[in-house]
Amino acid sequence: MTGENTRVLVVDDEEIVRESLSGWLHEDGFQVFTAPEGRTAVEMMKADRWNVMLVDLKMPGMDGLQVLEEARKLQPEAAIIMMTAYATVDTAVTAMKLGAFDYLVKPFDPEELSLLMQKVVAQQSLVRENAVLRKALKKEHRFRDLVSKSAAMQKVFELAQVAARSNSTILVLGESGSGKEVLARTIHEESHRSGGPFVAMSCAALTETLLESELFGHEKGSFTGASARRKGKFEAAAGGTLFLDEIGDISPKLQLDLLRVLEERKFQRVGGNEPIDVDVRIIAATNKDLKKAVSDGSFREDLFYRLNVIPVTLPPLRERKEDIPLLVEHFLDRLEAEMKKRVKVSPEAMGALLAHDWPGNVRELRNVLERGAVVAQGDVVKPADLGLSPAPARAPGTNAPGEPSSLEDVEKRHISEVLGHTGGNVSQAARLLGIDRVTLYNKIKKFHLSRDGEDSDPSGA
Amino acid sequence: MEAIHLWWIGEKDPGPRTLEHLRLHLGRALGAPVRIWEDEARPPDAYDERRKQWATSRILAWMGRVGPPGKVLAVTDQDLFIPILTFVFGEAQLDGRSAVVSTARLGEPGLPDPRVAMERLAKEGVHELGHCFGLVHCDSPACVMGRSPSARDVDRKRGEFCSKCRDRLKRAGGEAR
Repeated sequence: MTGENTRVLVVDDEEIVRESLSGWLHEDGFQVFTAPEGRTAVEMMKADRWNVMLVDLKMPGMDGLQVLEEARKLQPEAAIIMMTAYATVDTAVTAMKLGAFDYLVKPFDPEELSLLMQKVVAQQSLVRENAVLRKALKKEHRFRDLVSKSAAMQKVFELAQVAARSNSTILVLGESGSGKEVLARTIHEESHRSGGPFVAMSCAALTETLLESELFGHEKGSFTGASARRKGKFEAAAGGTLFLDEIGDISPKLQLDLLRVLEERKFQRVGGNEPIDVDVRIIAATNKDLKKAVSDGSFREDLFYRLNVIPVTLPPLRERKEDIPLLVEHFLDRLEAEMKKRVKVSPEAMGALLAHDWPGNVRELRNVLERGAVVAQGDVVKPADLGLSPAPARAPGTNAPGEPSSLEDVEKRHISEVLGHTGGNVSQAARLLGIDRVTLYNKIKKFHLSRDGEDSDPSGA
Repeated sequence: MEAIHLWWIGEKDPGPRTLEHLRLHLGRALGAPVRIWEDEARPPDAYDERRKQWATSRILAWMGRVGPPGKVLAVTDQDLFIPILTFVFGEAQLDGRSAVVSTARLGEPGLPDPRVAMERLAKEGVHELGHCFGLVHCDSPACVMGRSPSARDVDRKRGEFCSKCRDRLKRAGGEAR
């Protein structure tokens, strides 16, 4: 960034200061604008973006500190330089605490102003570069709605991109909540079928007859209650993608029907005789071990091979915890759009999210964050807002499974987890632990814990 | 190109060598005839009693009223300021007619070679007149249009324009004709 594309706003009630400073900065090639009072500056902040603001501390009406506070809210990335005729340490400290970039005492030494402006330009260049990099990084860690930087998921992204270009059947394997439908939808959107429909259907919890009718449709009068002809999912998905979730749960008869469709690319509606051509790409998914189901005879081997043309396995969230901060940011962006409320996750809450085992995977994380955003008082989600039960998972640095722990270690860990869960509320933690507050305070002291459960002993003891 | 005027508005006599050196240097750098303007008048209301310095904005306005036609560089031995800065070496009307430069801070006491101060004055004179031709500060450290808030910075740069600024100057000179 050079002076030419740096927009500077000079806010001062003295015309001569505005004129001489803007003239001087103009000679440096900056785009300089002026405001004679705080309120005008705030309006200008609402209307335009500014890289640098030079704000007089003492002005009638809205003073410089108030302008600074507004600027931090409206344009947090702008560098604010406070100008004062009276060098008081107090006001300078207050300004810096409120987020001012620096302050200058009037009149300025030319060299000091010149160096400061160079520093600001360099800082603003970094801000801009950072934003570009962050955007690029975000893009790199994304495959449409899938967000991950883990190596295992990157392989999934690559495979899914290749699979999307083919017309082959895809079998998505993964635990419940790991994003199987999101992946299927993503593959559909990336494929040449993206102009066609994406139809999703869960094969569990439906009776064999109902599922058959749902998949293939039925002719009028084909069974009791079939008062009209109805198209099934295969027809609804024509030209697009049919996602069949929980494929491991279908009956042997439906397994055979499905196998025929996959082999012949034709089917008949229930109660019908007319063969209907199939033009769908099938993506099937299951959280069951289909190979085991094949070996115990509950799933047809020939159907398994028909479905398993391109298998894609989604790793569970507990195996890619490095994705949690990225996913948190992704879901908070989503929640902001839905709830018109931007929340942040406190470092303690992030610690709790990282420590949790996530049996419900990404779906559980999304639900926990949604709950946290709703429950949070203010804009920061604290551990207690998440409603996570104290994690049964092993905390980092603790004994490996199978390695016995001392009673004292277990007690310390448990207290730490409960304090993390209550967000540092000692009374609530004492109630949960079934001990009185004084005893809990003594234990916090004894184990060198902070009130939010963090180990406050730098030695880690 | 229209002639540029050089006008001494200081208190002490600068001596013939200073102005002549400056005249030759300006002429070479700007590619224009430079003439010395002899006038005993001095800015009447530019001295600030409180700061014990001369306000450049008032000097420039006064020069526009009573000075010669075309672009003019006034030279003084008095300390100059703009309200927001403790001092300035000089000041110009960007894309305007008048510029002023001071020797007061260019030759600090004990400067071993008086020619150094003269070189600095020549560079700052070209620099301020460059502003009159619409040039802003240049990022090239060697260019005469580089920002020079200290005498050290003046010493670091050369007395001539970089190729980019020379091109801009040519375009501005064409327009000024």
